[in-house]
Amino acid sequence: MPVILATDLIIFFVVGIVVYFIFAGRKEGYTRNAWLQIRKNRLAMVCMSILVLYGSVAVLDSIRFRDPLRTDTGTVVRAADGKKIYSPQALSLLDRLLWNMRANTEKTFSAPLASRLYVKESMELPDGTMVRDYQPLEYPGKHLLGTDKVGSDVLFSAIKGVRTGVVIGTGTTVIIIPFAIFFGVMAGFFGGRIDDIIQYIYTTLASIPAVLLIVAFMLIFGAEGYQGGLVRDRDLYQGFFVPNDRLFWLCIIMGITSWTDLCRIIRGETLKLRELEYVQAAKAFGVAKMKIIYRHIVPNVMHLVLITMVLQFSGLVLAEAILSYIGIGVGPEMGSWGNMINTARLELSREPVVWWSLIGAFVFMFGLVLPANIFGDAVRDALEPRLRVR
Amino acid sequence: MPGLVLNKRLYLISALVCTFFLLSGGCTPNNPYRSEERGKNFFYTTFTEEPKTLDPARSYSSDQYALIGQILEPPVQYHYLKRPYTLVPLTTDSVPEVAYYDISGDRLPQDVSPDKVHRAVYEIRIKKGIMYQEHPAFARGPDGEPLYIGITETDIKGIWEIKDFPVTGTRELVSDDYIYQIMRLADPQLHCPILPILEKYILGLEEFSEALKRDLEEIRKARKEKAGAAYSQAIDERKNPIILDYKKHPLPGVEKVDDYTFRVILKKKYPQFVYWLAMPFFSPVPEEAVRFYKQGPMQEKNITIERFPVGTGPYRMETNNPNMEVVLIKNENYHPETYPESGDPPDRDAGLLDDAGKLLPFIEKIIFKLEKEDIPRWNKFLQGYYDNSGITSDSFDQAVTFSVEGRADLTDFIKEKDIRLITSVRPSTFYTGFNMLDPVVGGLGTDKQKLRQAISIALDYEEFIEIFANGRGIPAMNPLPPGIFGYEMEKAGLNPHVYDWDETRGRPVRKSIEEAKRLLEEAGYPGGRDREGKPLVITFDNAWTGPENSPMINWFRKRFKLMGIQLENRTTDYNRFQDKMFKGNFQFFFWGWNADYPDPENFFFLLYGPNGKVNHQGENAVNYENGEFDRLFRKMENMDNTLERMAIIREMTRILQKDAPWVWGYHPVAFVLSHGWVGNLKSNAMANNTMKYIDIDSGTRKDRRYVWNRPNFRPLVIIGIIFIAGSIPTIYTVIRRFRGGRK
Amino acid sequence: MLTYIIRRVLYAIPIILGVNILTALLFFYVNTPDDMARQIIGEKNITPEAIENWKRDHGYNLPLLLNTEEEGLSVVTQTIFFQRSAPLLWLDFGRSDRKNADINNEIRKRMWPSLAIALPIFLIGIFVNLTFAMLVAFFRGTYLDLWGVILCVVMMSVSTLFYIIGGQYVFGRVLKLFPISGYDVGVHAAKFVVLPVVIGIITAVGSGVRFYRTVFLEEIGKDYIRTARAKGLSETKVLFKHGLKNAMIPILTSVVVSIPFLFYGSLLMENFFAVPGLGSFTIEAIQAQDFAIVRSMVYLGSILYIVGLILTDISYTLVDPRIRLE
Repeated sequence: MPVILATDLIIFFVVGIVVYFIFAGRKEGYTRNAWLQIRKNRLAMVCMSILVLYGSVAVLDSIRFRDPLRTDTGTVVRAADGKKIYSPQALSLLDRLLWNMRANTEKTFSAPLASRLYVKESMELPDGTMVRDYQPLEYPGKHLLGTDKVGSDVLFSAIKGVRTGVVIGTGTTVIIIPFAIFFGVMAGFFGGRIDDIIQYIYTTLASIPAVLLIVAFMLIFGAEGYQGGLVRDRDLYQGFFVPNDRLFWLCIIMGITSWTDLCRIIRGETLKLRELEYVQAAKAFGVAKMKIIYRHIVPNVMHLVLITMVLQFSGLVLAEAILSYIGIGVGPEMGSWGNMINTARLELSREPVVWWSLIGAFVFMFGLVLPANIFGDAVRDALEPRLRVR
Repeated sequence: MPGLVLNKRLYLISALVCTFFLLSGGCTPNNPYRSEERGKNFFYTTFTEEPKTLDPARSYSSDQYALIGQILEPPVQYHYLKRPYTLVPLTTDSVPEVAYYDISGDRLPQDVSPDKVHRAVYEIRIKKGIMYQEHPAFARGPDGEPLYIGITETDIKGIWEIKDFPVTGTRELVSDDYIYQIMRLADPQLHCPILPILEKYILGLEEFSEALKRDLEEIRKARKEKAGAAYSQAIDERKNPIILDYKKHPLPGVEKVDDYTFRVILKKKYPQFVYWLAMPFFSPVPEEAVRFYKQGPMQEKNITIERFPVGTGPYRMETNNPNMEVVLIKNENYHPETYPESGDPPDRDAGLLDDAGKLLPFIEKIIFKLEKEDIPRWNKFLQGYYDNSGITSDSFDQAVTFSVEGRADLTDFIKEKDIRLITSVRPSTFYTGFNMLDPVVGGLGTDKQKLRQAISIALDYEEFIEIFANGRGIPAMNPLPPGIFGYEMEKAGLNPHVYDWDETRGRPVRKSIEEAKRLLEEAGYPGGRDREGKPLVITFDNAWTGPENSPMINWFRKRFKLMGIQLENRTTDYNRFQDKMFKGNFQFFFWGWNADYPDPENFFFLLYGPNGKVNHQGENAVNYENGEFDRLFRKMENMDNTLERMAIIREMTRILQKDAPWVWGYHPVAFVLSHGWVGNLKSNAMANNTMKYIDIDSGTRKDRRYVWNRPNFRPLVIIGIIFIAGSIPTIYTVIRRFRGGRK
Repeated sequence: MLTYIIRRVLYAIPIILGVNILTALLFFYVNTPDDMARQIIGEKNITPEAIENWKRDHGYNLPLLLNTEEEGLSVVTQTIFFQRSAPLLWLDFGRSDRKNADINNEIRKRMWPSLAIALPIFLIGIFVNLTFAMLVAFFRGTYLDLWGVILCVVMMSVSTLFYIIGGQYVFGRVLKLFPISGYDVGVHAAKFVVLPVVIGIITAVGSGVRFYRTVFLEEIGKDYIRTARAKGLSETKVLFKHGLKNAMIPILTSVVVSIPFLFYGSLLMENFFAVPGLGSFTIEAIQAQDFAIVRSMVYLGSILYIVGLILTDISYTLVDPRIRLE
């Protein structure tokens, strides 16, 4: 039984866009030129492959389904009306692929590749006496990045954080794109009163400190949303779709706090475009305004959208960690680097120090953000060499 | 040249460090205190959050008591050394004795049965000559009138705290101050948290509080009508606070005999009342102070009784800057009180009686520093900058090991620092409860009992304590923690539905998970599935919002899964959690209880039917209601600690263990570490005024801080050298090009 | 110019009103008066009567927007919105929900520690960023430039949390060079301020240097600079005199907006280093769900943002007299 979260749609949508650009890159001149230029940049290509790798992990972690419940003998349990009964646990392809990492838990901390626990535990000897010692692991040498406080594999937690990072990084922009284009083009094309109103809206939103807006919004909408873990019956719509997804709300509000930039850029570009000869000509011929916008304006601002999306990506991934630190990010059961850092931070005060959770989260985050930054620069240089926003 | 950008900055640091190194005038640049504090007889400790209020009518939590316990003095206190906890006089000449009277006013014997008692009278006689701390509220002008009443904003320009007032005064403590405070407890503006409890006992308190409520409403209505549409109650009462006149209404439950004697009259027998007299709710508040604080300009500057309580205690508030620190300084007017002359047998050997008979307090100043995060607090403690510290779960292994017998001991690393460990079982309990009104987990039927017993077995609290509390807890058998009358050790206290007694090892052994599965099957859920084959899903409510708590949620889920039960977690913030509790919208939850006084009644009332949260808004969060238990509770609650009471408690416990409305969780054990230079330490879970007994050896502290905090400049120097080496070619090139451009 | 400023200020009024209404709606939806009451009264013995009582006491028993039980003007004024949000317009922030403390008073006290951290980060940060940006621009096209930019990108890609946690651990705990956290007033603040300031600068240096480098390169590529260079001016002079001067406008755009926010402090830095500034004030309020404070801080933030925009416009005219504000 598949389970689709609202944020999974984002992932699929982004995959769709990427596929579209690959096909478009084959045919069209403009995108093709840009693509050829990026391809020449070897560093950018390396980064792109890393991003694709992260992306595939995110995709694998977004295809999930629930298994039917089975009795101990393996037969499928059926309800009175003969329907199968499904487990409330929705495992993704990634969970299934890495099932041994997920299942091989220890009792508590263990260092990377260690064969014994990192802390002493009381142990009862056969003769009834109690000793306190480092106990052997159940899966010695199997944990590349060690285990955390309840003995879960740190590497697995870090990998589970990939999807959250990718969703925040892409979803935020994807959700807001239609609004930004609509409002930006409207303001730029029509000007006057409409421009005033739209400018008023985005200045007002921009002037509210982002963190505080996010807090309020998340407390209203995110509190009851799906936060990872078991899928509850009330989460499910039509038995497979989860519309109320906390991460999705987070994407929306982060989009709202970051859309002003995109909107302003598009407005500026539209102002320029509207004065161009062919647009003026189309106007003179009496072509409907909406048609002009659709035909001439929107296609010509699309590259700005792409640039903004790539450039915003890394900042958003970093922001997620900070929001989770403050306690308004994704729920505690959703794998995320911010949650990992927040938990692992306290472990630095241990003696000897437990460093692997913290380093694991930072390295995975760094591994996504650095290629994203480099690749983003390459895309920007290729599409619009003049527009060096940063 | 990678690393260049970083290096430059590190170079700057080292230059700056050297400057501050000289400025701070010592060899420990990480010393967070000013140099003039070095070697002083000050005590340094921490607080994690600004206390909500220090008003004795409202304070009801340990962080607040840590402060006001030192400032305010209720009539009686707990003996510092003696166990079990005993009350001794503080401002009184003796612990008040109760006198019981029947309906015709005749005196009854002390051991009379509760139903015969018509009135219980406590006569409290305070010592003469006790003076209040120096405080501007007592200051009087040349005309003899209070100096700071009727002040305006300009009068207190430049004044931010109590210590900024130029003139102060004092006066003697009289019985009116105690009476005034008891009346304050009924003030509807203060929302005293224990008022509902006291109203049940103190004669006429309920009527008195109703009368005050009516007064308040009338005043508000009048003010609103006078001001018209623009009236804003919030702004008006901030600028012009309402002071209710308590004298207008009678309060027959409190009687003044003379300036040093007053009586509290109860409607029924309630032996626990004397414990309330040891809590800050019953400490004296001078009316002058209330009139002083309740002025618009004072409120505007946050100079309120909630921040600067006035009392007769060993310390007074010097600075209250809760964003940074709270400083208590010795009260120069403190009445002569001496260190106890006797204690428990081991106390003499432990050196706890060395100061016997000396005048209290010993320490000049107590400095509470705000320390929100555990890590810095722990590190500063290890560096010697805090005199004591609790232990977090993550610093635990560093500090404590368990000996082979399972006794807590300090690690060598900590022992080398001459740090000492004090453990104490707090009179509190953490439990997980079932909603007894819920159709699935609630109810008193045998199948439901079995379901709950099965879960009780599966929730292996021994493991929970080991993982999440580092062994700092005692698995509970019933609600009563050790140290409370009715608590029984070993086999006698065993919960037979969860544990078996292992004769050979002499300790309880948790029943196996197979046993739990069997009970589950008998309850109608074989393998965790109901008759239709649907999995049993139980919702779990908690307020564990932080990510650090997700391991605990996972643990619960894991334990339930062992029996095939699915646990649906519903974490919300504490606010919503409480709301769900009120509405009964939950199945299973985690909560805790911290006792107000060491009496079993204060634990069993959490399960008393008429205290049900959903139906009666009481503290019985599981809404448990068992007629037999309730009958026994009513019998037990007002009894003295006799063998008969013990028998009733055993009977009650037996009922509870069978019904299993709670999974008896564990009683936390507090571990506090203190440095070797701190003297006269003994854990006391009931008393909150213990700071006056503490002594420190500030010389030793100074020396050790110096030894422990030698800075390591070497990495900085190395980085500096690398930086200089790297920048030479750069500078060289710049110069060369500079010249080259000129050709 | 004066008329321009006045016009801008007038233009800000509807924005401030909008922020006010939006935050009021958001926060009273999140934190109903019932929630507040529960939090404030305490954790034991809370009854619904006690909650009602508290609400009546603090004027939270009124309806949110319209009071139909009243007549005349009171329909609007006897509401939570009017009594709680309207005073914000004249900067009366009222009292906090949780501790009943005067918020204006708190802001006044906590502003200074925030400034003590934020101002040095801002000033030294700009200086350091500009210096390195110019150095990298000076060596454009060389390996120093290439590696410098790569280093910038690498530094940008590291989470701020890493700099803070790592810095505190290494310098505070291992090397014992600074107090791990804390604050003190006056001169005594110095030893507490150094570490957060250094970390604050390091955090921003990557993106800062890269941004200023781009700005410089753009200016250096322009015609007049080529002319100046052709005239035989030294490279250094070209860079400093012409490059820096003309790069001022894009630099100002990015810098001046943030000046008013210096009062606002840095949420993360203050929280980690236990600096009692406005940043930690806000975080504490968020965590304790004290929405009277959060509302005030939102409002204050919006005002500072608008002030920043106006300041930016004014600074343009000061730097470049060619720009006239209509």
